[in-house]
Amino acid sequence: MSEVVALVVLAACLAAAVARPRWAPDWAVAAGGGALLVAVGVLSLSEARSAVKALGPTVGFLAALLVLADGCRRAGMFDALGAWMATGSRGRPARLLAMVFVSAACTTAVLSLDATVVLLTPIVFATAARLRTNPRPHVYACSHLANSASLLLPVSNLTNLLAFRATGLSFTRFGGLMALPWLLALLIEWLILRRSFAGDLRRSGPRADRPTDHPELPAFALTVVALTLAGFALSSLIGIAPVWIAAAGALALALRERPAPRELAGAAEPAFLVFVLGLGIVVHAASVHGLSTAVDDLLPHGTGLGALLAVAAISAAVANLLNNLPATLIILPVAAVSGPGAVLAMLVGVNVGPNLTYVGSLATLLWRRIVHAHDHETDMGEFTRLGALTVPPVLVASTVALWLALRVI
Amino acid sequence: MRAVVWISEDTWEGCVDRARALLPEDAEVTLLHVAPTDVEEFAAGGAARLLGRHPPPPPGPPLRAIAEEEARALLEVALARFSRPAQTDARRGRIEREVLDACAGADLLILARDGEPHLGPKSLGPRTRFAVDHAPCQVLLVWPEDPPSIDTIRLPPHLR
Repeated sequence: MSEVVALVVLAACLAAAVARPRWAPDWAVAAGGGALLVAVGVLSLSEARSAVKALGPTVGFLAALLVLADGCRRAGMFDALGAWMATGSRGRPARLLAMVFVSAACTTAVLSLDATVVLLTPIVFATAARLRTNPRPHVYACSHLANSASLLLPVSNLTNLLAFRATGLSFTRFGGLMALPWLLALLIEWLILRRSFAGDLRRSGPRADRPTDHPELPAFALTVVALTLAGFALSSLIGIAPVWIAAAGALALALRERPAPRELAGAAEPAFLVFVLGLGIVVHAASVHGLSTAVDDLLPHGTGLGALLAVAAISAAVANLLNNLPATLIILPVAAVSGPGAVLAMLVGVNVGPNLTYVGSLATLLWRRIVHAHDHETDMGEFTRLGALTVPPVLVASTVALWLALRVI
Repeated sequence: MRAVVWISEDTWEGCVDRARALLPEDAEVTLLHVAPTDVEEFAAGGAARLLGRHPPPPPGPPLRAIAEEEARALLEVALARFSRPAQTDARRGRIEREVLDACAGADLLILARDGEPHLGPKSLGPRTRFAVDHAPCQVLLVWPEDPPSIDTIRLPPHLR
């Protein structure tokens, strides 16, 4: 009975997050669901407390990173990136695509997938449109790299952040092991996108008949981000948890930009932090009441190449069904038993997999189909075809590279 | 004769030049541009995939405003380059459907190849090919630059 209750509450949380009903915000459903599971005795209070304790530092880290990315936006970093791409591309779409790759890969790796999706992609659209070139290849590249380029660092994706503690790896070793998988993912994305959009990218002559803006380079914000990264790399040497370094970076930008306290609090997305904590409790309840056993039966053990490939493929499938955040929470406890290699393979799956659906999961896609049933303007067939071309080779190549890295480093 | 000249970002100059050279003086000409709303929606609506996150909309003008402004500007420079009286038609939506709708009542659609720069089927992108295959009027398909030479054909082995 307990397992049914836990699974129903989990389904309700995911449904609220996908459908976003006004009368039942996702964070309230997740927090209420967690409380309900404790109230009816599915989860003991101490179990719930330990689940919150386990997630607490991750959620704090996440809040600091969100504020850091928002500080970069406030400092004009993304406008500067747009201007850099506009000038550097010299009106050539293929050159612009290369610059979008560099921008999106760096933004995702350092400031996370969210920053690329929410802040960089609209800038890329505007830049391409103002250069009078078809923005389709550039926007697609941005969207793909938000996922594929989020393999590199613990801060590149919320999924990595959730799994980072469970790997027991230092920040630098995590990055070291994921460097080759990340580079291969970028290379494959480049080759396939370049080829798929060959026609759109062939124009060679410059066509800048309008001056582009030259916003001032946000030197302070860039320095803060560089120092924060250096701090992450040195965190295990100097014995400071990366969360404090992220907090220091976020604080430095906040002191400089001095946003209104309300805006600063909003940038940390408190509702989302509550959602993650609530969802963590609910998934924990579902896990101890049978979900873990089910995942355990499904997931191969060990860190051989075959096992890693299977873990990546299964994780990609679950991420595509549910979205990668719940997929990570569900698979992580089981994968962690096999060690850091299996956790990193899971991350390859949950990070790269969502490129198959532009909305992140089949659940969201189905929901949007229902809501927009009469609206013929959303045709995502092309994006799905592109995902089907890139996801399998990136999954395989990145996992093989991870397996190699685990043996060599 | 009523002619529609389909202008798009990457090929408009060649398309306009050839239309001017080939169309009779008395033709009633409409320069057409279609802004694809799917890319726009895609660039703006990515937040849907961030489960549970509700980020504020990004600063700056909405993407629709940028797209509309750029479409207007493109039609303006195209009209100037055409240097003959013509109407302009700025549309938004699914490119394939809008182009066909714009051809209703027209005698001729002029459009440019937008694919790879050698002779063969790949010289047409998917949307141009759709328009060529489905246009409810005569179609004039032009090369935006000088046509490639005959040796750019990639023939299958049995025809070489």
